Amino acid sequence: MTEQLYYEDVVVGGEITPLVKQPTTRQLVMWAGAVGDYNPIHYDKDFAQSRGLPGVIVHGQLVGAFLGQLITDWIGERGVLRKLSCSYKGMNYPGEALTCKGKVTKKYVQDGQHYVECNLWAENSKAEKTVLGVAVVMLPSRADYDK
Amino acid sequence: MEWEPREYEIEREMIRRFARAVGDPNPLWQDEQYATASHYGGIIAPPTFILAIGLEQFVEDVMSLTSFGTVLIGGTELECYQPIRLGDVITASFKISNLRERQGKMGRMAFITFDSSYKNQRQELVAKCRQMVIGY
Repeated sequence: MTEQLYYEDVVVGGEITPLVKQPTTRQLVMWAGAVGDYNPIHYDKDFAQSRGLPGVIVHGQLVGAFLGQLITDWIGERGVLRKLSCSYKGMNYPGEALTCKGKVTKKYVQDGQHYVECNLWAENSKAEKTVLGVAVVMLPSRADYDK
Repeated sequence: MEWEPREYEIEREMIRRFARAVGDPNPLWQDEQYATASHYGGIIAPPTFILAIGLEQFVEDVMSLTSFGTVLIGGTELECYQPIRLGDVITASFKISNLRERQGKMGRMAFITFDSSYKNQRQELVAKCRQMVIGY
């Protein structure tokens, strides 16, 4: 498990340690089963092509879950993911590497809680950002632990 | 359009399957001993596990009402208020809050906004989710 991240450690403009994923067709099937999304564009090539796609595509939400993992790995056990918005801008294909990245855009204290906002994205091997995201997290403050 | 809320009991295997599908080895989701010693005091689900609750039934309901060949999800907005714990009974409510249609290159297209909310057995709001879906 990763070390605990504290509000004081976060710098605006700082980057989140990237997470590399390489979704396979098998992983798409596992995801389909885990969430109950049996849309055939994610496992049936002929069907996907009949709907104008070049082949089966990665579930946007799976990439969203990768971005969720990027965040929960980063914020540690006492950090809380409060909001995660994802916009699926481009298609991802099984077998292609996807790198999930993030950058801190804002930090502030509101009603005694310590918040950090980040821009997130997943990029393919051509460095195209196929999924864009925004996360809001709550982090523990060192001050709360030094009391 | 709104659907009757449905209840889902959160079992260990559901969380394990989800974490394995994502490839997320975080011990909070799967390691009983680790999770019990954490400040959560037991296994919790990853925040994005919300996406797995009630989706299957809901998609079936929607597809039975429409004549679209397929759907693509354009975006997801998730707000989390409480962790989901192993053994929670989550009540999921789904509704269509916006729908507009136009002609596209593959024929009729619909842009649908689905809103869902999730409560636990203590009637605490656990999460809200908005999904933007394109049917064509």
